[in-house]
Amino acid sequence: MQIDIKYFGMLAEITGCDSEKVESEIQTVADLQKVLLDKYPDFKNKDFRIAQNQELVALETKLTGQEIAVLPPFAGG
Amino acid sequence: MSEPYKNVFKEGAISSDFIANSIAKHQSKTDIGAHNIFLGQVRADKVDGKAVCAIEYSAYEEMANKKFHDIREATFDKFNLTCMHIYHSLGEVKTGEICLFVFVSSPRRKEVFKALEYVVEAIKADAPVFGKEIFEDASHQWKVNS
Repeated sequence: MQIDIKYFGMLAEITGCDSEKVESEIQTVADLQKVLLDKYPDFKNKDFRIAQNQELVALETKLTGQEIAVLPPFAGG
Repeated sequence: MSEPYKNVFKEGAISSDFIANSIAKHQSKTDIGAHNIFLGQVRADKVDGKAVCAIEYSAYEEMANKKFHDIREATFDKFNLTCMHIYHSLGEVKTGEICLFVFVSSPRRKEVFKALEYVVEAIKADAPVFGKEIFEDASHQWKVNS
């Protein structure tokens, strides 16, 4: 499955891009987290959450491959 | 994913003229008896002796506008409000400038006190907005809401 992933804030600084396509046999959010930590070791020291279709999702959630975003801590206001 | 939600974002700081005009526009709504306004201002925090001189805001805009919409709906369900307006800055906002403007109005004062706190806390917790604190020497760190 090809997944289009968006990155924001300090995470985009680490990846060096705002979005990228990842080709992988990823099934769940936990799998995606593992792929990201392998690809970007600096993510290990960061607090991040994953959103699918613009909603934060838990690690056991199945990935559908639609609109995935990796979000650092929120700092609005 | 289309854009069914209102865009709350404004490029740069929210000016006092804009805020004053928003207040003036409500003079025709004579069922309102109480307004309450929250203004978030960029603070010159000091970290290791260096002062923050600006915050550069970015956001996952599609999700953020959806979250702002959800917050708005939840607030109207919980409180007896006549209207509500939310504006958040994107891009650079200097210290002392306004980055968040929340405006709630109701026939009665007690509702607006409760509603405003609810809205602001929900924005801080749920809106995917990110802030890069820029120091005088052009170094930076990423802001995290406490």
